Amino acid sequence: MATDYIVGIDLGTTNSLVAYMQGDSPVVIPGDDGVNLVPSVVALDEKHQIIVGNAARRYLIDTPERAVYSIKRLMGRGVEDIQEELKLFPFKLADDLGHGEVLRINMGERTYTPPEISALILRQLKRNAERFFGAPVTQAVITVPAYFNDAQRQATKDAGRIAGLNVLRLVNEPTAAALAYGLDKKKNGTVVVYDLGGGTFDISILKLHDGIFEVIATNGDTHLGGDDIDNLLIAIALDDIRGDLGLDLRRSGETVARVRKGVIEAKIALSAEMSAKLEVDLPGGKTYQREISREVFEQMIQPIIERTAGPCRQALKDAGLKPEQIDDVVLVGGSTRIPKVRRLVKELFKLEPHTDLNPDEVVALGAAVQAHILGGGSGITQDMLLLDVTPLSLGIEVAGGVTDKIILRNSTVPASATQHYTTQVDGQTNVAIHVLQGERELARDCRSLARFDLKGIPPMTAGMPRIEVKFLIDANGILRVSAREQRSGKEAEIDVQPTYGLTDEQVENMLLESYDFAEDDFRQRQVIETRREADTILAALAKAKNDHAWRELGDEERRKAEELERALAAVKDGEDYHEIRVRIDALNEATMRLAELMMDTAVSTALKGKTMDNSGIEEGPQAGHPMAKAEFE
Amino acid sequence: MAGAELKSALVVAGQISQAEATPACWSCGDLRAAHFCSACGKVQPPVPADYFGFFGFPRKLNLDTGKLEKEFYALSRRLHPDLFGQAGDRERAWSLEQSSRLNDAYRTLKDPIRRTEYLLHLEGIELEEQSKRATDKARATGELKKQVVPPDLLEEVFELNMQLEELRMQKRMGEDDPALVEEIRAAKVFLEEKNDAHLNELRVEWTRWDKEIDSGTEQDRRKVLNAMLDVLNRRNYIRNLVRDVNEAVEG
Repeated sequence: MATDYIVGIDLGTTNSLVAYMQGDSPVVIPGDDGVNLVPSVVALDEKHQIIVGNAARRYLIDTPERAVYSIKRLMGRGVEDIQEELKLFPFKLADDLGHGEVLRINMGERTYTPPEISALILRQLKRNAERFFGAPVTQAVITVPAYFNDAQRQATKDAGRIAGLNVLRLVNEPTAAALAYGLDKKKNGTVVVYDLGGGTFDISILKLHDGIFEVIATNGDTHLGGDDIDNLLIAIALDDIRGDLGLDLRRSGETVARVRKGVIEAKIALSAEMSAKLEVDLPGGKTYQREISREVFEQMIQPIIERTAGPCRQALKDAGLKPEQIDDVVLVGGSTRIPKVRRLVKELFKLEPHTDLNPDEVVALGAAVQAHILGGGSGITQDMLLLDVTPLSLGIEVAGGVTDKIILRNSTVPASATQHYTTQVDGQTNVAIHVLQGERELARDCRSLARFDLKGIPPMTAGMPRIEVKFLIDANGILRVSAREQRSGKEAEIDVQPTYGLTDEQVENMLLESYDFAEDDFRQRQVIETRREADTILAALAKAKNDHAWRELGDEERRKAEELERALAAVKDGEDYHEIRVRIDALNEATMRLAELMMDTAVSTALKGKTMDNSGIEEGPQAGHPMAKAEFE
Repeated sequence: MAGAELKSALVVAGQISQAEATPACWSCGDLRAAHFCSACGKVQPPVPADYFGFFGFPRKLNLDTGKLEKEFYALSRRLHPDLFGQAGDRERAWSLEQSSRLNDAYRTLKDPIRRTEYLLHLEGIELEEQSKRATDKARATGELKKQVVPPDLLEEVFELNMQLEELRMQKRMGEDDPALVEEIRAAKVFLEEKNDAHLNELRVEWTRWDKEIDSGTEQDRRKVLNAMLDVLNRRNYIRNLVRDVNEAVEG
């Protein structure tokens, strides 16, 4: 097992990434389109094929009812929790959803739970990694917002299992970022990670001490991020359209999707430019246009950005630190590119934030570091250890509907607490325990995690049994409960009803439905993909033979290349992907100089001011290995 | 002298009982095992020990927090579940249990108040009646709870409670009385200073305890424990009052 690859995955609201440790440095594994970021968008096409990532984005505009985005917002939540979300996002809930049931979303003709949709994204990342390694990937570290509660964590873990991944650890996103930062900087001190992503906000304060990354305090808001800025701008634009053009398009899914695309582009542009133009084609040949200055933009988003200040102050207070005691601030998440956000961070912590790291990738890179540590650690990760905390207090409901906190927020995990229970009626054999998460005093204001029934208590006089219940938050931030009746020494049986979670059985069924994990399937996919690669290189070679670089090669070189070309063509339609791979590599090797010669030509052609369209390299990384490799050399 | 022998013997006994519970590392058979085997590094099954004993410290209250932190980091590097990612189920379970115990112990001992409360608990004294939990419960349920007003503060507390009541009433009527708020704030500052003084008082008792544990009689030790309980009760009372003030002024 130890030789297996363990990957680090950032399962984001907007984008997801997969990374691994290459020697001493973490690197992101690109998708088959050569892009590192996989948009967290899933679609079901007319032929009932699942489409994930960039290819699925098209569906958001053309057939929005077939696509789902920002699913992370629904992870581990019930229908009662998401009323606000439903006003802002085009999620289509299944009609027959009951109270307290796990959500189900319509996508095309089918319905999926949020963990299943997340699993589809994870499966895509898993495939990308498998293609990259040429070997199965079964173990992963997945990141979650630090402020995720138990149900949201559990849902993420379930998603991993459904995707056929053994989730070795859930790591908090800001903590993962700190790992990547620490690897980079290698110095001791107190560091703040400010993480404003697509849908979540986290703030974490860590002490870095000789390779130990100790989280001192964390805080956040799991429903605050770039999505909120988009939604605000969309609402303003739709209002404008109604006012200026007299069109009420708030119910038109397609127009809203177009406006959404437009405002996101404008938002991104405004991080670099002082003004941006928003232009959206509307039905009936009309066009909506608006110029937004950075100043106006900043005024509009001020209330959203300001919401990050409270959690920052609370985290400082919990850590017992003053801004002056912070040594560095690390920015994570695409929304921290907004200049206004950077100014706020500077104001809060009286420091110029650290911006060397790519805010989109740093979490995935940190997850890869943690994956390496969990794999046994060696070299640079040998002495690295992460000590994280639980973001929310854990409590149980006591008489009068009050929350009795038994593990306080910001406790280092794993953390445990022991409570003693007894019976109130003679011969009572069951005791019910209601577990809560949150900071509020009343149980009804806290998040209900689960109800536990202690069963099989030996019948005794009321008050006689002494049942010891142990609550343990593991290193993933997930609760485990065990109980024992101390007088009889009997293990009490615990029956868990997660408030908004999938049961083990449900996860198991979903796993079986997802046919991806089978070894056979993996082989099948390898065959198809290796074949595709063979086709690409053969086509590239055929094309190259028209290039004058081909004529510059020696006779022997050409003969060798053609021999290997035939050898590959002979096996490429077979089932032995190892053999195909060996011959691809051989042909690659033999055409290396050819590719170099073509590159030289391409570069000099480009320098002469001509287009590279005819040079044979316009396909870039997709053009098969001879060209791709030469690019790196 | 008998007491001294008894107490130090207890500390030693705690350590011996740990050693006896795990006579040898389950993996390599070395005899020096505690939480992890000092010979081969394997994690060992957890043994019953109090938080002081977990770190191999005597049950003393003047604690070198620098040393505590160092020990905490060192033990974390041996016990944390991350180090057992590829280990068997048994070792993973032990590591989870051991490191949660380590974290619980560290959290308790590094904080002076929690450390003192924990010692009282170990010595069989519960201060439930004044604890934050008991107060929270009483507040939310509206149940009456026995309150111990620190005798030297009777007057101030009485006065402050009157002022708070007045402020709440004004707020209900939508009135604003900056002078009253100012007075209440001043009283709060006074109380906070009082609590700093309480911490100092507590430190004096710590030193007494640390001495008695080595050489005092059972009776002497009880006296110190009761003195600490008294300080903590007064301190908690004030803390709750300060919280009331914060709520009344801000809420």
